[in-house]
Formats: sequence, structure tokens, C-alpha cells
Amino acid sequence: MSQDIIAPMQRTKSRTSLRGLVPWVVFAAVLLLLPVFFQGNSTAFTLLNVIGINIVFALSYNMLLGQGGMLSFGHAVFFGLGSYAAMHAMIAIDEASYAGEGFWAHVPVLGMPLVGMIAGGLVALVLGWPFCRRAGTAFAMITLGLGEMVAAAGQMFPSLFGGEAGIYGNRMVGPQWFGLELAQSSDVYWFIAFWTFAGVFAMWAFTRTPLGRMSNAVRDNPDRLQFIGYPPRNVRFMIFIAAGSFGGLAGGMAAVNYEIITPEALGLIPSGLALLMAAVGGLGVFYGPIVGAVVVTLMNSMLSDYTDASILYVGLVFLAIVMFAPRGLGGGIEQVRVAWRDGDLGRRLPGWLSGALAVGLIIVGLVVLIELAFQATHGSDEFAHVFGVDFDAAGPWGWLTVVVLLVAGGLIKRATNKLREDQA
Amino acid sequence: MSALSIKGLTKSFGPAEVICGVDLDVAENEVHAVIGPNGAGKSTFFNLLSGAFAPTSGEIYLHGDKINGLSPDKIQQRGLSRSFQVSNVFGNLSVFENLRCACFKQAHAGYVFWRPAARVREANRRAEEVLEMIGLQALRDVPAGALPYASQRALEIGMTIACDAKVVLLDEPTAGMSNTETTQAINLIRQVAEGRTLMIVEHDMGVVFELADRISVLVYGKIIATGTPEEIRNDPRVKEAYLGEEAA
Repeated sequence: MSQDIIAPMQRTKSRTSLRGLVPWVVFAAVLLLLPVFFQGNSTAFTLLNVIGINIVFALSYNMLLGQGGMLSFGHAVFFGLGSYAAMHAMIAIDEASYAGEGFWAHVPVLGMPLVGMIAGGLVALVLGWPFCRRAGTAFAMITLGLGEMVAAAGQMFPSLFGGEAGIYGNRMVGPQWFGLELAQSSDVYWFIAFWTFAGVFAMWAFTRTPLGRMSNAVRDNPDRLQFIGYPPRNVRFMIFIAAGSFGGLAGGMAAVNYEIITPEALGLIPSGLALLMAAVGGLGVFYGPIVGAVVVTLMNSMLSDYTDASILYVGLVFLAIVMFAPRGLGGGIEQVRVAWRDGDLGRRLPGWLSGALAVGLIIVGLVVLIELAFQATHGSDEFAHVFGVDFDAAGPWGWLTVVVLLVAGGLIKRATNKLREDQA
Repeated sequence: MSALSIKGLTKSFGPAEVICGVDLDVAENEVHAVIGPNGAGKSTFFNLLSGAFAPTSGEIYLHGDKINGLSPDKIQQRGLSRSFQVSNVFGNLSVFENLRCACFKQAHAGYVFWRPAARVREANRRAEEVLEMIGLQALRDVPAGALPYASQRALEIGMTIACDAKVVLLDEPTAGMSNTETTQAINLIRQVAEGRTLMIVEHDMGVVFELADRISVLVYGKIIATGTPEEIRNDPRVKEAYLGEEAA
């Protein structure tokens, strides 16, 4: 892994002060105020709930990749198995409260993420040791195999995994706490908001502990770690368990939110989603995966309303970020924040703004190009609709617009590079 | 009892025997330098002592305990710590964080995830102490990978002694340094040597003769002479094998 991806992370001060509380107060305030804005809009709440789950999932993945230097293609195993465990617990609550007795009759559904967390952690504890001998390619390959294996096993044990259809549960069972009925997605929002906050805080706190520091050390230089007294494998194993636990936590949240879980949730596609969200948001900044989870979830669910090529756009964003902004969106935010703190923002802002303008023009140009190409080949519509403008794929003007936008973007990009060189 | 006692140590890589039967005793609190021409096996020798490689045959005793064949982390826990010829730090971690990570073992805190690193008092105190000793207070929060070369070398030594090991191996601590930097490094090594047993591999003869109580000369995997700097300077075999070659 290139050093650039991770470099800006370690500027933090170790002193805890009131200033350190500010992001948490803001985070809590945002979570509390969001329902005010979206009152009555159940689609928005459904989306917010998915975002919350994905934030925890992406951050737990980044414990492995960004913090511990372990590229995993099988993280959904912990998410999925955590989700299955929570779902079975929810079914147990249902049955126990119907019978009116037994341990599960007293367990609230609100606690399901903890069941998922324990399950994820246990699975990592049982499976992880042989995987953690090496990081890098070997680890990536082994986790890929693990993901496929567990996903296949999911189909083979229908009593546990429910076959292709998966298993269902009902979240409106068992004791009700805080008067939260969990009927509507706006009720579930409070459940998701609480666990998102708790999960994010716990994972942040983890980075401040000795083990969190050692996980950065094993990422940077596993060979040296042995000579300060720690076998890299042990440290990796502990990180693996921690990441599995938090992946399971996200799975438990998902079980309550969706009330269904299928073996697909264990496979490569959701594992890839975790990588996608973490990489888009930035691996080197703690809050990067949060940004990534928000952006990718929004793109995945909203873009398809506007275009038939939504999946292509998600892929292009991922490519563009990996190639041109390896620190991700969070890295960009961090750069601005550091410049602002150092009083450097006034000097650097013009360069950044013109760079952003260039990128914006190129993106719009590409969007028009893609939409035109799509309509020209197999569109149902004669026109490509882009930002409220209709372009005719049969005429020259749309294509000419593409050329103009791309050339203008390219020229501004060149001017920006020159401006930045002069400043440097 | 000697701090480090090596008996009949050999190491072969395939057919090539790189260390061919080394016997050596290093006394408590001694500064012992290992010199020799390039390719003599000095670095391999250190790698064997620190557990990076397992010896083909022979025995190594640290304060009377056998340590050959143990893994590097076990050897470090027994009280032998080493530095590296090429700076080998945690590049994205700050200078202070590098030192603190090196202190966790002694504080039994490396696997701790239920309290903040800032509250592991012993590790923080020791890390501050070492930071001051190596004189990098001003660069405390700089990522180790961004340090100037000489500072990185100082950090390398700092991480090696942070665990308070009784036996310290330094692999070419002054390699690539300017004269002023070398002088500073010598002062640091003198400080390190207090109350410790020190072994140094070093090419700079000025440094060696200034610091060492005794010197061993390693040539083609064999120690051809061990003695005080005075004895080594006047030893005809050494002159022929080492100093003579360098003069030519």
C-alpha cells in the first residue's frame, strides 16, 4: 500500500480536551436533528437507516484495511453471520414471548446488535488465527476464499441459513424499551442512530488504545514489530477479531432494520461494498469511511431514479478516486481542515477551487457523453436528460457539448497545475 | 557470568557457510564492537543473536539462558534488543508514538483495548524519557517517515533502548552520518551504554576505538581476534586481514 494513502492520519494530539468533544456533539446533534427535516418522509428514513448500518460496516472494515493494513475481501462474512445470529435471536424472542417465559422473553430487540457483535467476534476468533500469519496478497486471497466458502455453506444448511430465500424475523416482539415500537422506519431510525453513534464512538476509542496504536504499527512495519516484543500475527489476530465484532454489530443492526437476511449477504458483493465505501471515503482518516458510506449509499439508491447507468457511475467514482485522489474524500476534507488550522487556506483555496471546477466540468462532460452513448445504443428515449437539459443523441449538438466541456475542463486543469507550481 | 555467551555458532544458507563457528563471551556492562570487511558476516551475526534467523548450529546464552532458536519477540522479552542498519521505524506514526509502541511490552499493554494509550502511565513516562534522551522533543509529533536521516537514526536507537533491555545490539548506528551528527550519535551511544551491555557493528574506526572496551574482528564468518582496542590495533593478523586491506 502506498504511503500517501495513510500519511495524514497521525497528526492527532494525545491530549483529551473540550475541543475533542466538538465533533461528537456535532455528530449527536446531526443524528437528533435529521428526523426534524425528514418528518413524515418514510423513504428518507429507510435510506437513513441503511446509511447508519453502512457507516458501521465501512468503519469496521477500515479497522482492517486502513488501520491494520489488511486487505480483506471477506468482511461480509462477519456482517452476515452477525446478522444471522441476531435474526435467530429475534426469532427466539418472538417464540419466547409468545410462550411468555424463558430467557429470550426478557431480551429487547434493541439489543440485537450486541448479539451480532458477539457472533461476529466469535467467528473471527474461531476462523482468524490461520489467516493472520501474513498481510498483503496472502491475506487478501484467503479472505476471498473464506467469503466464497461461507456464502456457499449458507446454501448448504437451510435450517440455519434458510436456503436462497433466507430467514425472516419480526422486530416488534419482546419487551419494549423507551416506548420505541419499531413499527415504522422512523422508529427504527432511533435504534439505528443510537447504535451508529455507539459503534462509531467505540471504534474511534479503539484507535486511541495501545492495541489501536499497535495496529498502525503492524500496518507500517510488521518486521520491526517483532523486535519491540510483539509477533505481528498476534496483533493482526486481535485486530481481526475487533473488526469482525464491529462487522457483526452492523449485521445485527441490519437484521432489525430489514427483518430478513439471505446468504447473499455473506458473499463477495457486500464485501466489495465495504471496500468501496472505505476507499471512496479515504482509508487514512478515521471519518473517511463515514463519508464514503454516506456517498456510496446515496449513489447506490438514488442514482437509479435519474439514469439507467447508475452502477457504471459508482464504478467510475471508485476508479477516479483510487487513481486521482488515493486519500479519498475524507483525505480531501482533512487537507482543507489542516490548511484552515495552519492559516494556509487563503493561499491554497484558489488552486483547489479551480481544480474542483476543472474536475466538475470534466465530470459533467463525461456524464453527458455516457448518457448520449446510452441513448444512442439502446435507449428507450430519444433524448439524454442531463441536469434538466435534453440532448439529442442523433444530432451533433450534444456531442459537441461533450467536447467543449472536456476541453474546457482539461485547460482549466492545466492552468491549475501551473498555478500550484508557481505557489510551491 | 557473562551477559552474552556464544558457543560454536554457525549459519549456512544452502551450501554457503556465512558464519563458521563463532565463540565469544561478552561481559556485563561491556561495550563490545564487531568489525570486519564487507561481507564478513557481521549483519548475519546480529541477525542470529536477535532471532531474525535461526542458527544452523551452536548455542547462544543470554545471562545464562539459552536463546538460540527463539523468535525475535521472545528474545526481546528476555532482554536483548537490537537496532537496524537501515532505519526501520513505523513510518506513519509520530516520533512519540514510535517510542511509546516500543515501550508497551514492558508495560504489558500492547494488547490492551479497554483503556486509552495515554493512560498507560509507565509507557508514556518512559517514552518521554527516551524522547528527551535522543533529543527529538521538537519533532515529537512529526511522522517518523518524514524525519531527516540523522533524526531517524536517533529514533532507531531510541526505539531499541525504550524497552530497557539489558543487552543492546546496534547495527552501524553512525552509517551515513556527517561528522557533527556522528559526534552527537557517539554521545547518545555513551549514554545508552550506561548500565547496559552493548554490542556494536560499525565501519567508522574512529567511533569504534572511541567507544569500545573490547573489539572482535570478524573475517569470512570467523572471529580472528578479540581484544582491547590497543591489542587489536597492534595485532598483525588484523592488520593483514582488515586494516591492511582497507589501506590498500
